[in-house]
Amino acid sequence: MTSTATRPARIEPDQRAKTRVIPTPAEQARARKVRSRRTRRHNRLLFALLAGPNIALLIAFTYKPLLQSFYYSTLQWNIGSQRAISVGFRNYTDWFTDSETPHVIGVTVVFTLATVGGGMVIGLALAVLLNRKLKLRGPARTIVVAPYVLSGVAVGLLWLFVFDPNFGIVAAALGAVGLPSPAWYNDPQWALVMVIIVQLWKNVGYIALIYLAGLQAIPQDVLEAAALDGAGPARTFRRVILPLLSPTSFFLSVTTLLSSLQSFDIIQAMTKGGPLEGTTTMMYEIYRDGFVAGRAGYSSAVATILFVVLLIVTLVQLRFVERKVHYA
Amino acid sequence: MIRRFPLGGYIALAIAVVVMVLPLVWMLLASFKGQSEIYSLPIQWLPSSFAPTNYTDALDVVPFGSFFVNSAITTVFGAGIKIILGLMTAYALVFIEVPFKKVFFGIVIFALLVPQQIVIIPNYTLIASLGWLNTYQGIIVPGLASAFGTFLFRQHFLSLPPSVLEAAALDGAGHLRRLWAFVLPMSTPTIAAVALVSVVTEWNEYLWPLLVVDRPNMMTLPIGLTLLQNTDGITNWGVLMAGTVLVTLPILIVFFVMQRKIVAGLTAGAVTG
Repeated sequence: MTSTATRPARIEPDQRAKTRVIPTPAEQARARKVRSRRTRRHNRLLFALLAGPNIALLIAFTYKPLLQSFYYSTLQWNIGSQRAISVGFRNYTDWFTDSETPHVIGVTVVFTLATVGGGMVIGLALAVLLNRKLKLRGPARTIVVAPYVLSGVAVGLLWLFVFDPNFGIVAAALGAVGLPSPAWYNDPQWALVMVIIVQLWKNVGYIALIYLAGLQAIPQDVLEAAALDGAGPARTFRRVILPLLSPTSFFLSVTTLLSSLQSFDIIQAMTKGGPLEGTTTMMYEIYRDGFVAGRAGYSSAVATILFVVLLIVTLVQLRFVERKVHYA
Repeated sequence: MIRRFPLGGYIALAIAVVVMVLPLVWMLLASFKGQSEIYSLPIQWLPSSFAPTNYTDALDVVPFGSFFVNSAITTVFGAGIKIILGLMTAYALVFIEVPFKKVFFGIVIFALLVPQQIVIIPNYTLIASLGWLNTYQGIIVPGLASAFGTFLFRQHFLSLPPSVLEAAALDGAGHLRRLWAFVLPMSTPTIAAVALVSVVTEWNEYLWPLLVVDRPNMMTLPIGLTLLQNTDGITNWGVLMAGTVLVTLPILIVFFVMQRKIVAGLTAGAVTG
């Protein structure tokens, strides 16, 4: 390749003078121009070869379908059907005026806030615990993170059995203290509580893991200084540790918010959105309207609305990352 | 001063571990129980025998062997090609000078804003029109592009010492050789971490294969598992839990063996932002 030749600046001029006959500046310039044109073409080809396939796939399966999704959302169209009628924004107005929509928004908000809020609080508590100098904390960390790598469907199914109102562990534990088991399978509100618990169980280890990394990045002398100033553990935690963890908290709040808003596997395995739509989130509605009811246009409209919500959340995060980079 | 034994800490740690492990133990024990042991009050923890009846039943009712092969194929090719694409793209973005490079980087980064879950309908329509329903390429191809992996690899490549690569360039090593002989060997920890997380993600992938596959012999494990849920109207928990063990056990083994690398992969995203 021509790499050596393309970097004349790297060789000291006086060194060159000793070893070679110097071409006139005009000759040099012409030669460099020819070489650099060849290199540029070569570089472009190589760039296309290396980055091209990935970028083509992104365009084909991410950007193009995103635009198509906007277009589909203006159609009255059933999946697989040859016939589609353009209806403008009617799918959107239908969704916003549908009597079921406030309920779906409510379920989405409760599920998201409970899994994000609960996950962050429990995750932070676990991280603080795992950061203490306790024996066996290494294996404990591994065990706490393990559910995060399991299939959401498998987790949903095994917890369905744990929650069995007659023959499950939860019923047995409640029975031991004289409480009846809630109708996890048949009561919409308890079903929502159930999927929230399972989502928490699966993801809390990941949150703890990230918080633990954040905790371990806090310099020891900061904590020692706080102790010397007479701050107790509670005060140190509130006034020193928590503020220092705020970048981690922000990152986690955004990533868990995004993943909760897109959660599907556990709900599909455990409740299929029921009973009585009690666990139908927006993400689940997109699937149900599009692939169970076949209303592709309407489903695309809901998907577009959810996309806008996710986009706003992510853009807030990107702004934050930029700020962090500036202050680093 | 006598150091206080942190009893509270150990109790809390024990509770956390029990909450995480108990459901998994319950699943494992139930996978060996007969119907009468499952439907017994008060609940019975240990099965009367560890005969693998439920496992053989699960293998009889649904083609678990095919599920396993399908999961292995889609995971290996899905994760493998994705990593290769990510590495190639990241190298090009960091080391090859071309005009409009920022635009290409933007295309990769902004794809992170579009979750695959949002575009299932157009992608399904496309895959169906290509006749790719119930095929491996139908399961794999739409999720192949690497955005997050490319981003992480790019971050890592930017941190590599430029002097090494410049020396290689002066020695006449072209881009492909520099990528193969210098950049990749200097990046193995990052590649391993990202690859393991990709393997876990692909193995557990559910929504997309659920949409494009309805023939049992093409199903991956998570999809096939749900076939056991309602084969005959009522749930046969023993068989279903046996299936659940078959789906979770391989990934649990991988996780416990490689947990250091997987943990590194999981935290990589957080550390870089």
